[in-house]
Amino acid sequence: MSHLGTGPKYAAAPSAAVSGAAGALVRAWRRIPWPVRTLVRFVLLMLAVSFVTFALVAASPIDPVQANVGQTAYLTMSPERRAALAERWGAGEGLLERYGAWLADALRGDFGESLRFNAPVVSVVGERLASSALLLAVAWLLSGVIGFVLGVVAGARRGSRLDRAICGWCYLLSATPTFWLAMLALMLFAVYLGWFPVGFATPIGAGAEVSLAERLHHAVLPALTLSLTGVANVALHTREKTCEVMASDYVRFARLRGESELSVVLRHGLRNLVLPALTLECAQVSEIIGGSVLVEQVFSYPGLGQAAVTAGLGGDAPLLVGIALATATIVFAGNLVANLLYGVIDPRMRKGVAHVGA
Amino acid sequence: MSAHSSHTPAAAVLHRPVPLGRAGGRRALLAWIVVAALALLAVAIAGVVLGTRAVTADFSQANLAPSLVHPFGTDWMGRDMLARTLAGLSTSLGVGLVAAVASSLIALALALIAALGGRAADAAVSWLIDLVMGIPHIVLLVLVSYALGRGATGVLAGIALTHWPSLARVLRAEILQLRSAPYLAASEALGVSRVRIALVHIVPHVLPQYLVGLVLLFPHAILHEASITFLGFGLSPEQPAIGVILSEAMGYLTAGAWWLAVFPGLALLAAVLLFDRIGSALRSLVTPEEVQR
Repeated sequence: MSHLGTGPKYAAAPSAAVSGAAGALVRAWRRIPWPVRTLVRFVLLMLAVSFVTFALVAASPIDPVQANVGQTAYLTMSPERRAALAERWGAGEGLLERYGAWLADALRGDFGESLRFNAPVVSVVGERLASSALLLAVAWLLSGVIGFVLGVVAGARRGSRLDRAICGWCYLLSATPTFWLAMLALMLFAVYLGWFPVGFATPIGAGAEVSLAERLHHAVLPALTLSLTGVANVALHTREKTCEVMASDYVRFARLRGESELSVVLRHGLRNLVLPALTLECAQVSEIIGGSVLVEQVFSYPGLGQAAVTAGLGGDAPLLVGIALATATIVFAGNLVANLLYGVIDPRMRKGVAHVGA
Repeated sequence: MSAHSSHTPAAAVLHRPVPLGRAGGRRALLAWIVVAALALLAVAIAGVVLGTRAVTADFSQANLAPSLVHPFGTDWMGRDMLARTLAGLSTSLGVGLVAAVASSLIALALALIAALGGRAADAAVSWLIDLVMGIPHIVLLVLVSYALGRGATGVLAGIALTHWPSLARVLRAEILQLRSAPYLAASEALGVSRVRIALVHIVPHVLPQYLVGLVLLFPHAILHEASITFLGFGLSPEQPAIGVILSEAMGYLTAGAWWLAVFPGLALLAAVLLFDRIGSALRSLVTPEEVQR
C-alpha cells in the first residue's frame, strides 16, 4: 500500500489534533491494557456484525417460513419453536425487539435451528467449518509460500525476463475469476485427465469410514485452486519489498564484501521479507474465505462456504447470521495476528502498542 | 479507531502504477488508455446489438463445438455463445459501471466526513470501514442480495455497499494532507462554510485520485458481480450475464462441453484485465512522482 500514501504518516496524522473531551477519551482508552481493548473491540465488532446481518436477513422479502426448502425441519419442530421462528424472522414486531430476543438467545449459545440442515446452527457451522478448515489451511499456507518465493525471485531479478513473467502472471491471476479457475481445474484434472474426483469431500455413498487418504485426495484440487487466489497479492508486495531491500545500503555493502547474490538474498533479504509477507497473509484471510465460498460451490465441497450459498438460496435465515458471525470471527483473528506481527517487525509500533491494537 | 489495522495492504498493491519508461511516455500511455477504453466500448455496444441473438434458441444447432459459424460454439438450446458472451459482458460492464460509481461516491462522501468532520466522525468512519472489511466480501454480498430478495438491485446495492472502504481510506489520507494548506485556512478565516470548503476547495483537489480509484473499482465490481450471479444470487437466469452463462456451463463440464466455460470466462478475464490496466495507466498519469521513484 506504500504507493497510496497511507503509511505511518497517515497513522500519525490524527493524533496530532487530540484535544478537549475527545482527546481525554482517547487517552483514557489508550491507558486500558491492550488485551482488554482488543476484547472490547472484538465484542463491539461482533455486536455490529450480528446486528447488521440480522437487520439484512430480517429485512429480506424472502420468508423462511414460506420458503419451502425447510419443510422437513419445519414439520418436525415443536409448535413453540415454530412460533419463535415466525416471530423472529417474519414481519412481526419491531426490528430492535426481535434482535434483542435473538441476542439474548445467542448469548446463551442458542443461535437457532438451521431450517435447511435440520440441526442447531452452532453444530452446522461447527461441522462445516471443520470440513473447510483443511481446505482453508492448505490454501492459506500454499498461497503464502508460493507468493513469497515468487516475490523474492522477481524482486531479486528485477527487470529481468523472469521478473516480467512473474509480474504478468500475477496481474493475470488477480484478474481471473476464482470460480472460473475452479471450473477449468475441474474440467482439466478431474474430467479430462481423471486424476482427481469430480467433487464432494468423500466418495459418493461412502459412510463414515472414509480414509484420510481419500479425504485428502478430494481436497487437493479445491485447495490448490483456492491457494492461487492469494498468490498475486503476496508476490507483488514481496517483490516491492525485495526491490527496496536490494537497493539498500547494507545490501550494497554486502555485495562489496564479495557476497554472492544468493547469499545476499538469503542472509540479508529473507529476514526482512518474511514478516511483512506473513503479516499480509494473515490480513488476507478474508479473501481466502471469500474464495472458498466460490471454490466449494464449484467442487460441491461440503464446507462453510457452500453452506452459506445453500442458506442464502434456501432462505435459511438463522444459519446465514451464524455463518456471517463465524467468518467475521476468523477474519478478526487474522487481522489480530497481522497487527501483532507489525509489532514484531517494527519496534516503533511495539513501543506504542496502543497503535497496534487501537 | 483503527487507522492502524489499515496497514493491511489488501488489494491495493495489485494496481502498481505502470512504469512510464517502459510504456514509452505519457503520450503512449494516453493512447493505450484510449484504445483500451474503445475496445470496452465496442464490447458494450456489440452486446446490446446482439442482445436478441443471444437469447434466440435453435435446437437444430444445439451443443455444437466451436466452428467458423459459431466461433464460441453453441449451448444446449442452440444459442450462439459468442453472442451470449458479448451480451453477457455488456450486461456486466453496465452493472459494474453503476455499482462502481455508486460505491466511489459513498467512498468520497465518507472520506470527506472522516477528514473534515472532527475526531468523532473520523472514528465512526474508521469503525464503519472495519465493520465492512470484517466480513468477507462474498458473504456480505450474499447477505445484501438476500436482504433485497436477490436480482439485479441486490447485486448493485451489494457491490456499492462493499467496495468503498479501500478508496475511502486513500481519499481520507489525501484530504488529511490537504487540510493544513494555507488556502483552506484562508477560506476558513473568511467565514466560508465547511460544506462549501469541502465541495469547492477539496473535492476538485482529490478528483484525480477519485477518478483513478473509480476506474480501479470497475474490475472488482465486475468480478464480484459475475461471482455472485454465478452463485445464484445475482442477475436472473433469463438475462445473458457471464455469471449466468458460467453457472449453466457447470452442468455440462462432465459432458465435455468445454467451450461453454472457457470462452465466456476468458472474455470476462480480458475485460477485467483491460480495466485494471487502464486504471494503472491512469494512475501513472495522475501521480508521475510515484512512478519515477
